[in-house]
Amino acid sequence: MSNEVLRVEHLSKHFRVGGFRSKGLLYATDDVSFSVHEGEIVALVGESGSGKSTIARVLAGLYPATAGTITFEGKVLGKRMTREVRGQMPMVFQDPFGSINPVLRVGHSLMRSLTLHRRDLDKVARETEAVALVERVGLQPGAEVLRRYPHELSGGQRQRLGFAQALASRPRLILADEPVSMLDVSIRIGLLNVMRDLRDREGVSLLYITHDLASARYVADRMIVLYAGRIVEEGLTHEVIASPQHPYTKLLMATAPDPRLPLPADTDVADLGEPPKVINPGPGCRFAPRCPVAMPQCHTTTPTPVSLSPTQRAACFAVKEPS
Amino acid sequence: MTEPILSVRDLRVEYETTSGPAQAVSGVSFDLYPGEFLAVVGESGCGKSTMLFSIAQLLAYPASTVGGSVLFEGQDLSTLDAESLRQIRWRDISVVMQSAMNALNPTLSIGAQLADTCRAHTDWDDRKIAERSAEVLHMVSIDPTHLSSYPFQLSGGMRQRAMIAMALLLEPKLIIMDEPTSALDVVAQRSLMRQVEDLRRQLGFAVLFVTHDMSVVSHFSDRLAVMYAGQIMELGVTREVFDHPRHPYARGLMDAFPSLVGELGELTGIPGNPPNLVNPPVGCLFAPRCAHATEECRTERPELVETGGHLVRCHLVRKGVLA
Repeated sequence: MSNEVLRVEHLSKHFRVGGFRSKGLLYATDDVSFSVHEGEIVALVGESGSGKSTIARVLAGLYPATAGTITFEGKVLGKRMTREVRGQMPMVFQDPFGSINPVLRVGHSLMRSLTLHRRDLDKVARETEAVALVERVGLQPGAEVLRRYPHELSGGQRQRLGFAQALASRPRLILADEPVSMLDVSIRIGLLNVMRDLRDREGVSLLYITHDLASARYVADRMIVLYAGRIVEEGLTHEVIASPQHPYTKLLMATAPDPRLPLPADTDVADLGEPPKVINPGPGCRFAPRCPVAMPQCHTTTPTPVSLSPTQRAACFAVKEPS
Repeated sequence: MTEPILSVRDLRVEYETTSGPAQAVSGVSFDLYPGEFLAVVGESGCGKSTMLFSIAQLLAYPASTVGGSVLFEGQDLSTLDAESLRQIRWRDISVVMQSAMNALNPTLSIGAQLADTCRAHTDWDDRKIAERSAEVLHMVSIDPTHLSSYPFQLSGGMRQRAMIAMALLLEPKLIIMDEPTSALDVVAQRSLMRQVEDLRRQLGFAVLFVTHDMSVVSHFSDRLAVMYAGQIMELGVTREVFDHPRHPYARGLMDAFPSLVGELGELTGIPGNPPNLVNPPVGCLFAPRCAHATEECRTERPELVETGGHLVRCHLVRKGVLA
């Protein structure tokens, strides 16, 4: 196995909710552990409220973690993010319209990243580098694109620019938080291809946060499924897609719209539930209230992950370890 | 053959812009039959929502309908005055808007909002209103106790179903839906679609459904229209359009999203961006992005003609150059 770039252990992020004196704690992310290796795309898959974006934001240093350790490139990260770490683990945001300064030329934003993170280059070299960066993410011709204003770019082009900006600091890992969900279908695939290219050509690792299983299958090497702040299943993408084990993963698979598949049987029609807001939770599996195979112990004991293969694990009492 | 309930002919809508009128909808024609589910798919900016608003006579400045007719049961809606339209709205045609989060009044209970609609359009007494409100909520699987709930107490999926309940109140013959599922998670999306489908079977209303995500409707609509740059490019039985898309744009769209099954080949999407609608290309609107475009495509606008069971707007398909 190649080198570990990122290791997250027992990461939790709780938010205080409900007013000044409230004791309500929202368990947005609860005891999550995973790692990302060199040149690997890992997908964090879940619905809204599953805690997937919270993980990315904690990793980017936007929120402090409530508990847990983050090890990046062998070093445990402290409370304060250094510029070096930020540069090596940049984030690409969901909204390409809100994440770029509209009054500055494209080139300005990119040069700013280069000035901050690439002290080794002089001005001329930075300009050459900026052109190379935008061309690497498929924006042609680079010099011309840099002179434009963000409003002259389409959503897809802006999102490519987001990746160019992330690349400016020569990252080891890019945190991509739903980078394609606001784009049109015909544009999305181009961005997913950019992500694959970055992995294959530049050896960059990516943490791809998404609610879309099909796109995770297209780009990701491994997949982690989250529900209500906890990991319910993880494994190599093809394993999880071919044989999902956790009832929630099965539900996600059954409801993912796919015109190439026939409409699955009416098993999902009764399920009108949504992921709960987990405030001051007790023990037990969080999917139990919606789970078709829930047993009494599911409501009282938190299931621990069961290994199904060297790489696939699911946290469910109904899943049996292969003998 | 039964008479169509809605007959749209050569509908044209323009937006006033500083650089001249933008032709958002240019010559859309279709028929919708009683009880039929017609889905319109297209990317952002293709004019699909504008078209719905024009049909529902809800357009506001800077948009205006500049040509064509919208016949609802033989009556041209575009010639009706405000009072006659008011008679038709909710009773015969109701509209479900895109985001239920904003469509419901946050300061009124669900029951009060349902009652408002009844009072404005019927002479029912309070008992009858309460009965009917409970009945429609029950139809969309919301417990009638939620009549006294406020929108913030309901989840996104429930709010969207409450909107549909409101649309059902007066048993309309046609429900127009503008991306009702786009703000929902996949699981909620699927259950909402199932519900719409069940209700349509039960109550027999027709549905005109607009979405950017064609995989949502793939299993539910009877016919599918693919819109691009304000025109219908292909129209046919949903399954056939999915399985054998003919128009190069429709093909591109089908190939643009990854699947959960089958080969994991490299997908390409559709390069380029939609045309500027203030100065649209003289020929086929898709020609600038089309890999097959010929001289004729660039100089002459194709018509929507029947080819092999579908209506397709493409010179090459009409001539049999493209199968």
